[in-house]
Amino acid sequence: MSDVYVLGVDMIKFGRFPDRTVPNIGAEAALMALDDAGLTIKDMQAMYCGNLGQANAMVGQRILQEIGQTGIPVVNCANACATGATAFREAWMSIKAGMYDVVLAVGVEQMGKGLLGGAGGGDGIPKEGLLGSGTMPCVFAEAGMEHSKEHGTTFEQFAKISVKNHHHSTMNPKAMYQIETPLDVVMNAEMISYPNTKLMCSVNVDGSAAAVLVSEKKAKELGMKRAVKVRASAMASDPYTDRDLVMPDVNACTRLAAEQAYEMAGVGPEDINLVELHDCFATAEMLHYENLGLCKDGEAGKMIDEGHVELGGKVPVNVSGGLLSKGHPLGATGIANIYEVCTHLRGEAGERQVEGAKLGMTHVIGLGTACGIHILEKV
Amino acid sequence: MSEKSLPAVGYLKIPDDGNPYLEGHKCGNCGAVFLGERSVCSKCFARDKMSAVKLQETGVLHSFSVVYRSFPGIDVPYVSAIVDLDGGGTVKGNLINIEPDPEKIDFGMKVKLTYQDALGRKDKEGNSYLSYFFEPA
Repeated sequence: MSDVYVLGVDMIKFGRFPDRTVPNIGAEAALMALDDAGLTIKDMQAMYCGNLGQANAMVGQRILQEIGQTGIPVVNCANACATGATAFREAWMSIKAGMYDVVLAVGVEQMGKGLLGGAGGGDGIPKEGLLGSGTMPCVFAEAGMEHSKEHGTTFEQFAKISVKNHHHSTMNPKAMYQIETPLDVVMNAEMISYPNTKLMCSVNVDGSAAAVLVSEKKAKELGMKRAVKVRASAMASDPYTDRDLVMPDVNACTRLAAEQAYEMAGVGPEDINLVELHDCFATAEMLHYENLGLCKDGEAGKMIDEGHVELGGKVPVNVSGGLLSKGHPLGATGIANIYEVCTHLRGEAGERQVEGAKLGMTHVIGLGTACGIHILEKV
Repeated sequence: MSEKSLPAVGYLKIPDDGNPYLEGHKCGNCGAVFLGERSVCSKCFARDKMSAVKLQETGVLHSFSVVYRSFPGIDVPYVSAIVDLDGGGTVKGNLINIEPDPEKIDFGMKVKLTYQDALGRKDKEGNSYLSYFFEPA
Protein backbone atom coordinates (compact mmCIF):
# COMPACT_ATOMS: atom_id res chain seq x y z
CA MET A 1 0.00 0.00 0.00
CA SER A 2 1.21 3.46 -0.88
CA ASP A 3 2.19 5.92 1.79
CA VAL A 4 -0.06 8.97 1.80
CA TYR A 5 1.11 12.58 1.95
CA VAL A 6 -0.59 15.89 2.63
CA LEU A 7 0.55 18.07 -0.25
CA GLY A 8 -1.67 21.08 0.36
CA VAL A 9 -3.57 22.15 3.44
CA ASP A 10 -5.12 25.36 4.71
CA MET A 11 -7.92 26.86 6.79
CA ILE A 12 -9.76 30.14 6.72
CA LYS A 13 -9.59 32.49 9.68
CA PHE A 14 -12.42 31.29 11.92
CA GLY A 15 -15.19 33.80 12.61
CA ARG A 16 -18.91 34.41 12.20
CA PHE A 17 -20.23 34.66 8.67
CA PRO A 18 -24.04 34.64 8.92
CA ASP A 19 -24.37 36.17 5.45
CA ARG A 20 -22.49 33.36 3.68
CA THR A 21 -23.62 29.83 2.81
CA VAL A 22 -22.02 26.62 4.06
CA PRO A 23 -20.74 25.62 0.58
CA ASN A 24 -19.36 29.12 0.06
CA ILE A 25 -17.37 28.94 3.30
CA GLY A 26 -16.15 25.43 2.40
CA ALA A 27 -15.18 26.50 -1.13
CA GLU A 28 -12.83 29.13 0.23
CA ALA A 29 -10.72 26.59 2.17
CA ALA A 30 -10.85 24.14 -0.74
CA LEU A 31 -9.35 26.72 -3.10
CA MET A 32 -6.71 27.66 -0.52
CA ALA A 33 -5.66 24.01 -0.11
CA LEU A 34 -5.51 23.54 -3.89
CA ASP A 35 -3.32 26.65 -4.20
CA ASP A 36 -1.13 25.40 -1.36
CA ALA A 37 -0.63 22.14 -3.26
CA GLY A 38 -0.04 23.95 -6.56
CA LEU A 39 -2.91 21.98 -8.10
CA THR A 40 -6.39 22.73 -9.46
CA ILE A 41 -9.77 21.11 -9.06
CA LYS A 42 -9.15 19.38 -12.41
CA ASP A 43 -6.37 17.35 -10.75
CA MET A 44 -8.66 15.96 -8.02
CA GLN A 45 -9.90 12.42 -8.51
CA ALA A 46 -12.33 12.32 -5.59
CA MET A 47 -13.64 14.50 -2.77
CA TYR A 48 -14.64 13.76 0.81
CA CYS A 49 -16.59 16.48 2.56
CA GLY A 50 -17.33 16.77 6.27
CA ASN A 51 -20.24 18.84 7.55
CA LEU A 52 -22.70 18.22 10.34
CA GLY A 53 -25.34 20.95 10.24
CA GLN A 54 -26.40 20.18 6.67
CA ALA A 55 -25.51 16.50 6.68
CA ASN A 56 -28.43 15.70 4.38
CA ALA A 57 -27.83 18.51 1.91
CA MET A 58 -24.95 17.45 -0.37
CA VAL A 59 -22.49 20.09 0.84
CA GLY A 60 -19.54 18.52 -1.05
CA GLN A 61 -21.32 18.68 -4.40
CA ARG A 62 -22.44 22.24 -3.67
CA ILE A 63 -18.81 23.19 -3.00
CA LEU A 64 -17.88 21.80 -6.42
CA GLN A 65 -20.73 23.82 -7.91
CA GLU A 66 -18.83 26.87 -6.62
CA ILE A 67 -15.29 25.84 -7.62
CA GLY A 68 -15.56 23.40 -10.53
CA GLN A 69 -17.96 20.60 -11.46
CA THR A 70 -15.60 17.96 -12.82
CA GLY A 71 -17.88 14.99 -12.15
CA ILE A 72 -15.62 13.29 -9.61
CA PRO A 73 -17.13 11.08 -6.89
CA VAL A 74 -18.09 13.04 -3.78
CA VAL A 75 -18.85 11.50 -0.39
CA ASN A 76 -20.41 13.58 2.38
CA CYS A 77 -19.58 12.53 5.94
CA ALA A 78 -21.12 13.29 9.33
CA ASN A 79 -19.55 11.94 12.52
CA ALA A 80 -20.30 14.54 15.21
CA CYS A 81 -17.18 16.51 16.15
CA ALA A 82 -15.00 13.88 14.45
CA THR A 83 -16.60 14.79 11.09
CA GLY A 84 -13.59 16.60 9.57
CA ALA A 85 -11.16 13.90 10.68
CA THR A 86 -13.51 11.32 9.18
CA ALA A 87 -13.51 13.07 5.80
CA PHE A 88 -9.70 13.25 5.91
CA ARG A 89 -9.43 9.60 6.90
CA GLU A 90 -11.78 8.49 4.12
CA ALA A 91 -9.61 10.37 1.64
CA TRP A 92 -6.52 8.69 3.13
CA MET A 93 -8.17 5.28 2.86
CA SER A 94 -9.12 5.79 -0.78
CA ILE A 95 -5.44 6.38 -1.62
CA LYS A 96 -4.33 3.51 0.62
CA ALA A 97 -6.75 1.27 -1.24
CA GLY A 98 -5.05 2.21 -4.51
CA MET A 99 -8.17 3.81 -5.96
CA TYR A 100 -6.79 7.32 -6.39
CA ASP A 101 -3.57 9.34 -6.34
CA VAL A 102 -4.95 12.83 -5.62
CA VAL A 103 -7.92 13.45 -3.33
CA LEU A 104 -9.50 16.54 -1.76
CA ALA A 105 -10.84 16.55 1.81
CA VAL A 106 -12.89 19.51 3.05
CA GLY A 107 -14.44 20.23 6.45
CA VAL A 108 -16.88 23.09 6.96
CA GLU A 109 -19.40 24.31 9.52
CA GLN A 110 -21.63 27.30 10.14
CA MET A 111 -22.56 27.30 13.80
CA GLY A 112 -24.47 30.23 15.23
CA LYS A 113 -24.17 30.88 18.96
CA GLY A 114 -25.44 29.07 22.03
CA LEU A 115 -25.48 25.85 24.02
CA LEU A 116 -25.15 22.54 22.21
CA GLY A 117 -26.75 19.30 23.37
CA GLY A 118 -29.69 18.77 25.70
CA ALA A 119 -31.04 15.79 27.64
CA GLY A 120 -33.46 13.54 25.79
CA GLY A 121 -35.92 14.48 23.12
CA GLY A 122 -38.83 12.73 21.53
CA ASP A 123 -42.34 12.47 22.92
CA GLY A 124 -43.84 13.88 26.06
CA ILE A 125 -42.09 16.66 27.92
CA PRO A 126 -38.62 18.22 27.63
CA LYS A 127 -36.08 16.30 29.73
CA GLU A 128 -33.36 18.94 30.03
CA GLY A 129 -33.04 20.01 33.67
CA LEU A 130 -35.39 17.20 34.70
CA LEU A 131 -33.13 14.17 34.27
CA GLY A 132 -29.87 16.04 34.75
CA SER A 133 -28.39 17.98 31.88
CA GLY A 134 -27.41 16.83 28.44
CA THR A 135 -25.82 20.14 27.50
CA MET A 136 -22.27 19.69 26.29
CA PRO A 137 -20.70 21.87 29.03
CA CYS A 138 -22.38 19.64 31.63
CA VAL A 139 -21.59 16.31 29.97
CA PHE A 140 -17.91 17.24 29.78
CA ALA A 141 -18.01 18.73 33.28
CA GLU A 142 -19.23 15.38 34.58
CA ALA A 143 -16.39 13.64 32.74
CA GLY A 144 -13.92 16.09 34.29
CA MET A 145 -15.40 15.65 37.75
CA GLU A 146 -14.80 11.91 37.40
CA HIS A 147 -11.12 12.82 37.02
CA SER A 148 -11.34 15.06 40.09
CA LYS A 149 -12.84 12.18 42.02
CA GLU A 150 -10.08 9.77 41.05
CA HIS A 151 -7.09 12.12 41.11
CA GLY A 152 -8.06 15.21 43.09
CA THR A 153 -7.90 17.47 40.02
CA THR A 154 -8.94 21.02 40.94
CA PHE A 155 -11.06 23.75 39.36
CA GLU A 156 -7.89 25.86 39.16
CA GLN A 157 -6.01 23.18 37.25
CA PHE A 158 -8.83 22.88 34.72
CA ALA A 159 -8.91 26.68 34.41
CA LYS A 160 -5.16 26.83 33.71
CA ILE A 161 -5.76 24.87 30.49
CA SER A 162 -7.95 27.69 29.23
CA VAL A 163 -5.32 30.28 30.20
CA LYS A 164 -2.73 28.33 28.21
CA ASN A 165 -4.82 27.87 25.08
CA HIS A 166 -5.97 31.48 25.00
CA HIS A 167 -2.33 32.53 25.38
CA HIS A 168 -1.34 30.32 22.45
CA SER A 169 -4.04 31.83 20.26
CA THR A 170 -2.55 35.32 20.64
CA MET A 171 0.11 34.02 18.24
CA ASN A 172 -2.36 32.55 15.75
CA PRO A 173 -3.85 35.08 13.32
CA LYS A 174 -6.37 32.47 12.10
CA ALA A 175 -7.86 31.93 15.57
CA MET A 176 -11.25 33.47 16.40
CA TYR A 177 -9.76 35.28 19.40
CA GLN A 178 -6.30 36.67 20.16
CA ILE A 179 -6.74 37.70 23.77
CA GLU A 180 -4.94 36.79 26.98
CA THR A 181 -7.23 35.44 29.69
CA PRO A 182 -5.41 35.41 33.06
CA LEU A 183 -6.34 32.75 35.61
CA ASP A 184 -8.59 35.00 37.70
CA VAL A 185 -10.48 36.08 34.57
CA VAL A 186 -11.05 32.45 33.55
CA MET A 187 -12.12 31.38 37.05
CA ASN A 188 -14.40 34.38 37.56
CA ALA A 189 -16.08 34.17 34.17
CA GLU A 190 -19.74 33.11 34.16
CA MET A 191 -20.02 29.58 35.54
CA ILE A 192 -21.80 27.48 32.92
CA SER A 193 -21.55 23.98 34.37
CA TYR A 194 -19.12 23.47 37.24
CA PRO A 195 -16.18 23.40 36.80
CA ASN A 196 -16.49 24.80 33.25
CA THR A 197 -16.81 28.59 33.12
CA LYS A 198 -17.69 30.35 29.90
CA LEU A 199 -13.99 30.76 29.03
CA MET A 200 -13.49 27.02 29.52
CA CYS A 201 -16.03 26.21 26.78
CA SER A 202 -15.08 26.07 23.12
CA VAL A 203 -16.19 28.94 20.92
CA ASN A 204 -18.94 28.30 18.39
CA VAL A 205 -17.65 29.75 15.15
CA ASP A 206 -18.01 29.34 11.40
CA GLY A 207 -15.03 27.96 9.58
CA SER A 208 -13.55 25.63 7.02
CA ALA A 209 -10.34 23.76 6.37
CA ALA A 210 -9.21 21.55 3.53
CA ALA A 211 -6.39 19.22 2.54
CA VAL A 212 -5.08 17.71 -0.67
CA LEU A 213 -3.86 14.16 -0.07
CA VAL A 214 -1.65 12.35 -2.56
CA SER A 215 -0.04 8.96 -3.06
CA GLU A 216 3.72 8.55 -2.72
CA LYS A 217 4.04 8.27 -6.50
CA LYS A 218 2.24 11.56 -7.00
CA ALA A 219 4.15 13.27 -4.17
CA LYS A 220 7.46 12.32 -5.77
CA GLU A 221 6.25 13.52 -9.14
CA LEU A 222 5.08 16.89 -7.77
CA GLY A 223 7.90 17.49 -5.31
CA MET A 224 8.18 16.57 -1.66
CA LYS A 225 9.49 19.88 -0.37
CA ARG A 226 6.43 20.86 1.64
CA ALA A 227 4.78 17.44 1.79
CA VAL A 228 3.82 15.96 5.15
CA LYS A 229 3.60 12.20 5.56
CA VAL A 230 0.55 10.62 7.19
CA ARG A 231 2.16 8.07 9.48
CA ALA A 232 -1.07 6.87 11.06
CA SER A 233 -4.81 7.29 10.77
CA ALA A 234 -6.92 5.62 13.44
CA MET A 235 -10.57 5.71 14.33
CA ALA A 236 -12.53 4.07 17.12
CA SER A 237 -16.10 4.04 18.36
CA ASP A 238 -16.96 3.71 22.03
CA PRO A 239 -16.27 0.20 23.25
CA TYR A 240 -18.64 -1.05 25.97
CA THR A 241 -17.88 0.41 29.38
CA ASP A 242 -20.18 0.22 32.38
CA ARG A 243 -21.62 3.74 32.34
CA ASP A 244 -21.14 4.63 28.67
CA LEU A 245 -24.82 4.70 27.69
CA VAL A 246 -25.65 7.15 30.47
CA MET A 247 -22.38 9.05 30.73
CA PRO A 248 -20.62 9.14 27.35
CA ASP A 249 -17.13 7.74 27.75
CA VAL A 250 -14.61 9.83 25.80
CA ASN A 251 -11.69 8.06 27.46
CA ALA A 252 -12.03 4.47 26.31
CA CYS A 253 -12.40 5.26 22.61
CA THR A 254 -9.50 7.76 22.70
CA ARG A 255 -7.27 5.14 24.32
CA LEU A 256 -8.31 2.58 21.73
CA ALA A 257 -7.62 4.89 18.79
CA ALA A 258 -4.35 6.14 20.31
CA GLU A 259 -3.07 2.61 20.77
CA GLN A 260 -3.86 1.85 17.13
CA ALA A 261 -2.27 5.07 15.89
CA TYR A 262 0.98 4.55 17.81
CA GLU A 263 1.17 0.99 16.59
CA MET A 264 0.57 1.96 12.97
CA ALA A 265 3.19 4.71 13.12
CA GLY A 266 5.63 2.56 15.06
CA VAL A 267 6.24 5.39 17.53
CA GLY A 268 5.34 6.15 21.13
CA PRO A 269 3.98 9.22 22.90
CA GLU A 270 7.53 10.25 23.83
CA ASP A 271 8.30 10.72 20.12
CA ILE A 272 5.50 13.24 19.54
CA ASN A 273 6.61 16.90 19.37
CA LEU A 274 3.21 18.58 19.41
CA VAL A 275 -0.43 17.63 19.83
CA GLU A 276 -3.65 19.26 18.71
CA LEU A 277 -6.29 17.53 20.83
CA HIS A 278 -10.02 17.93 21.34
CA ASP A 279 -10.34 20.66 23.98
CA CYS A 280 -14.06 21.20 23.43
CA PHE A 281 -14.01 22.05 27.16
CA ALA A 282 -11.09 22.62 29.50
CA THR A 283 -12.14 19.51 31.43
CA ALA A 284 -11.81 17.42 28.25
CA GLU A 285 -8.23 18.47 27.53
CA MET A 286 -7.16 17.31 30.99
CA LEU A 287 -8.47 13.79 30.33
CA HIS A 288 -6.70 13.45 27.02
CA TYR A 289 -3.17 14.06 28.37
CA GLU A 290 -3.56 10.65 29.97
CA ASN A 291 -5.73 9.08 27.26
CA LEU A 292 -3.10 9.87 24.61
CA GLY A 293 -0.31 8.60 26.85
CA LEU A 294 1.39 12.01 27.14
CA CYS A 295 1.68 11.28 30.87
CA LYS A 296 0.82 8.49 33.27
CA ASP A 297 -2.69 8.15 34.68
CA GLY A 298 -3.17 10.62 37.50
CA GLU A 299 -0.45 13.00 36.29
CA ALA A 300 -2.52 15.24 34.01
CA GLY A 301 -2.80 17.97 36.65
CA LYS A 302 0.99 18.02 36.92
CA MET A 303 1.31 18.38 33.14
CA ILE A 304 -0.50 21.72 33.24
CA ASP A 305 0.95 22.85 36.60
CA GLU A 306 4.53 22.25 35.45
CA GLY A 307 4.10 23.76 31.99
CA HIS A 308 4.89 20.61 30.01
CA VAL A 309 1.99 21.27 27.63
CA GLU A 310 2.79 24.93 26.91
CA LEU A 311 4.67 26.20 23.89
CA GLY A 312 8.31 25.57 24.86
CA GLY A 313 7.33 22.67 27.12
CA LYS A 314 7.99 18.95 26.70
CA VAL A 315 4.97 18.35 24.48
CA PRO A 316 3.07 21.52 23.56
CA VAL A 317 -0.67 20.93 23.32
CA ASN A 318 -3.02 23.09 21.26
CA VAL A 319 -0.53 25.75 20.24
CA SER A 320 -3.17 26.90 17.74
CA GLY A 321 -5.27 28.12 20.66
CA GLY A 322 -7.38 25.00 20.50
CA LEU A 323 -11.12 24.81 20.27
CA LEU A 324 -11.27 27.03 23.36
CA SER A 325 -9.91 30.08 21.54
CA LYS A 326 -9.25 29.26 17.89
CA GLY A 327 -12.87 28.11 17.80
CA HIS A 328 -14.77 24.92 17.05
CA PRO A 329 -16.66 24.77 13.75
CA LEU A 330 -17.61 21.11 14.23
CA GLY A 331 -17.11 19.71 10.73
CA ALA A 332 -13.97 21.76 10.06
CA THR A 333 -12.17 21.08 13.32
CA GLY A 334 -10.64 17.73 12.36
CA ILE A 335 -8.94 19.18 9.29
CA ALA A 336 -8.04 22.51 10.94
CA ASN A 337 -6.08 20.46 13.52
CA ILE A 338 -4.23 18.75 10.69
CA TYR A 339 -3.48 22.14 9.13
CA GLU A 340 -1.97 23.31 12.43
CA VAL A 341 0.31 20.30 12.85
CA CYS A 342 1.38 20.39 9.18
CA THR A 343 2.23 24.09 9.52
CA HIS A 344 4.63 23.29 12.37
CA LEU A 345 6.14 20.32 10.56
CA ARG A 346 6.75 22.60 7.58
CA GLY A 347 8.39 25.15 9.90
CA GLU A 348 5.89 27.81 8.85
CA ALA A 349 4.09 28.55 12.15
CA GLY A 350 5.84 31.84 12.83
CA GLU A 351 5.74 33.11 16.40
CA ARG A 352 4.09 29.97 17.75
CA GLN A 353 6.41 27.54 15.91
CA VAL A 354 7.28 24.41 17.90
CA GLU A 355 11.01 24.34 17.20
CA GLY A 356 12.32 21.27 15.44
CA ALA A 357 8.92 19.57 15.22
CA LYS A 358 9.21 16.27 13.34
CA LEU A 359 6.16 14.31 14.49
CA GLY A 360 2.77 15.68 15.47
CA MET A 361 -0.57 14.24 16.51
CA THR A 362 -4.16 15.35 15.96
CA HIS A 363 -7.12 14.08 17.97
CA VAL A 364 -10.85 14.69 17.82
CA ILE A 365 -13.82 13.24 19.66
CA GLY A 366 -17.35 13.23 18.37
CA LEU A 367 -19.75 12.49 21.17
CA GLY A 368 -21.83 9.43 20.61
CA THR A 369 -18.90 8.45 20.16
CA ALA A 370 -16.19 8.66 17.49
CA CYS A 371 -12.49 9.27 18.01
CA GLY A 372 -10.16 10.12 15.15
CA ILE A 373 -6.39 10.33 15.53
CA HIS A 374 -3.71 11.15 12.97
CA ILE A 375 0.07 11.11 13.32
CA LEU A 376 1.89 13.31 10.83
CA GLU A 377 5.59 13.45 10.01
CA LYS A 378 7.89 16.03 8.50
CA VAL A 379 9.39 14.70 5.28
CA MET B 1 -55.94 13.67 28.70
CA SER B 2 -54.89 11.00 31.13
CA GLU B 3 -56.21 11.26 34.67
CA LYS B 4 -53.07 9.92 36.24
CA SER B 5 -49.53 11.08 35.64
CA LEU B 6 -47.63 9.50 32.77
CA PRO B 7 -44.01 8.35 33.19
CA ALA B 8 -41.44 10.94 32.06
CA VAL B 9 -39.30 8.16 30.52
CA GLY B 10 -40.06 4.63 29.36
CA TYR B 11 -37.90 2.96 32.00
CA LEU B 12 -39.92 4.56 34.82
CA LYS B 13 -42.73 2.11 35.54
CA ILE B 14 -45.92 3.12 37.34
CA PRO B 15 -47.85 -0.04 38.29
CA ASP B 16 -51.59 0.26 39.01
CA ASP B 17 -51.16 -1.49 42.32
CA GLY B 18 -47.86 -0.43 43.81
CA ASN B 19 -45.04 2.06 43.91
CA PRO B 20 -43.20 3.47 40.90
CA TYR B 21 -39.82 1.98 40.10
CA LEU B 22 -37.06 2.12 37.48
CA GLU B 23 -36.79 -0.84 35.16
CA GLY B 24 -33.54 -2.18 33.84
CA HIS B 25 -32.77 -5.02 31.48
CA LYS B 26 -30.17 -7.46 32.68
CA CYS B 27 -28.13 -9.79 30.51
CA GLY B 28 -28.47 -13.40 31.66
CA ASN B 29 -25.09 -14.18 30.16
CA CYS B 30 -22.75 -11.46 31.53
CA GLY B 31 -24.89 -9.59 34.06
CA ALA B 32 -24.67 -6.15 32.40
CA VAL B 33 -27.63 -3.94 33.32
CA PHE B 34 -29.13 -1.50 30.80
CA LEU B 35 -31.86 1.11 31.10
CA GLY B 36 -34.74 0.44 28.79
CA GLU B 37 -35.72 -2.59 26.75
CA ARG B 38 -33.34 -4.35 24.41
CA SER B 39 -32.79 -7.85 23.08
CA VAL B 40 -29.03 -7.94 22.45
CA CYS B 41 -26.30 -7.28 25.01
CA SER B 42 -23.80 -4.67 23.78
CA LYS B 43 -21.22 -5.92 26.29
CA CYS B 44 -21.10 -9.67 25.51
CA PHE B 45 -23.24 -9.68 22.32
CA ALA B 46 -25.55 -12.42 23.63
CA ARG B 47 -28.98 -12.43 22.02
CA ASP B 48 -32.30 -12.95 23.73
CA LYS B 49 -30.78 -13.29 27.20
CA MET B 50 -32.25 -10.03 28.48
CA SER B 51 -34.79 -9.96 31.24
CA ALA B 52 -36.54 -7.05 32.93
CA VAL B 53 -35.38 -6.27 36.47
CA LYS B 54 -36.56 -3.81 39.07
CA LEU B 55 -33.63 -1.51 39.83
CA GLN B 56 -32.80 -0.82 43.46
CA GLU B 57 -33.75 2.45 45.11
CA THR B 58 -30.35 3.29 46.58
CA GLY B 59 -26.96 4.01 45.11
CA VAL B 60 -23.75 5.99 45.18
CA LEU B 61 -22.97 9.34 43.52
CA HIS B 62 -20.37 8.66 40.85
CA SER B 63 -20.00 12.12 39.27
CA PHE B 64 -21.92 15.37 38.97
CA SER B 65 -21.93 18.93 37.78
CA VAL B 66 -23.77 21.96 39.07
CA VAL B 67 -25.53 23.48 36.08
CA TYR B 68 -25.74 27.27 36.11
CA ARG B 69 -26.70 27.82 32.50
CA SER B 70 -29.24 25.70 30.65
CA PHE B 71 -31.79 26.35 27.94
CA PRO B 72 -34.23 29.25 28.32
CA GLY B 73 -37.02 28.57 30.80
CA ILE B 74 -35.16 25.92 32.77
CA ASP B 75 -34.55 26.77 36.42
CA VAL B 76 -30.90 26.91 37.48
CA PRO B 77 -28.78 26.12 39.37
CA TYR B 78 -29.39 22.41 39.73
CA VAL B 79 -27.26 19.34 40.26
CA SER B 80 -26.91 16.92 37.35
CA ALA B 81 -25.84 13.61 38.86
CA ILE B 82 -24.56 10.23 37.67
CA VAL B 83 -25.50 7.51 40.13
CA ASP B 84 -24.41 3.88 40.29
CA LEU B 85 -27.38 2.03 41.75
CA ASP B 86 -26.77 -0.72 44.27
CA GLY B 87 -27.19 -4.06 42.54
CA GLY B 88 -26.32 -2.65 39.08
CA GLY B 89 -27.32 0.02 36.63
CA THR B 90 -26.14 3.61 36.20
CA VAL B 91 -28.74 6.37 36.03
CA LYS B 92 -28.53 10.09 35.36
CA GLY B 93 -30.86 12.54 37.05
CA ASN B 94 -31.25 15.66 39.16
CA LEU B 95 -29.90 15.47 42.72
CA ILE B 96 -32.35 17.42 44.90
CA ASN B 97 -32.70 18.38 48.56
CA ILE B 98 -29.06 19.40 48.66
CA GLU B 99 -27.45 22.82 48.28
CA PRO B 100 -26.26 23.16 44.66
CA ASP B 101 -22.73 23.97 45.77
CA PRO B 102 -19.86 21.81 44.47
CA GLU B 103 -18.06 22.22 47.79
CA LYS B 104 -20.94 20.60 49.63
CA ILE B 105 -21.44 17.57 47.44
CA ASP B 106 -19.28 14.51 48.06
CA PHE B 107 -18.33 11.92 45.48
CA GLY B 108 -19.37 8.53 46.76
CA MET B 109 -22.21 9.91 48.87
CA LYS B 110 -25.17 7.62 49.33
CA VAL B 111 -28.33 8.69 47.54
CA LYS B 112 -31.81 7.29 47.05
CA LEU B 113 -34.49 7.57 44.41
CA THR B 114 -37.61 9.62 44.94
CA TYR B 115 -40.55 9.89 42.54
CA GLN B 116 -42.23 13.26 42.09
CA ASP B 117 -44.14 15.36 39.61
CA ALA B 118 -41.94 16.36 36.64
CA LEU B 119 -41.40 19.97 37.79
CA GLY B 120 -44.88 20.89 36.61
CA ARG B 121 -44.06 20.17 32.99
CA LYS B 122 -47.00 19.10 30.85
CA ASP B 123 -47.23 17.91 27.25
CA LYS B 124 -49.34 19.68 24.64
CA GLU B 125 -52.41 17.62 25.57
CA GLY B 126 -52.05 18.87 29.15
CA ASN B 127 -50.96 15.54 30.63
CA SER B 128 -48.96 15.58 33.87
CA TYR B 129 -45.85 13.49 34.23
CA LEU B 130 -44.13 11.64 37.04
CA SER B 131 -40.34 11.67 37.10
CA TYR B 132 -37.56 10.37 39.30
CA PHE B 133 -34.98 12.33 41.28
CA PHE B 134 -32.11 11.52 43.61
CA GLU B 135 -31.79 12.84 47.13
CA PRO B 136 -29.24 12.28 49.89
CA ALA B 137 -29.95 8.94 51.61
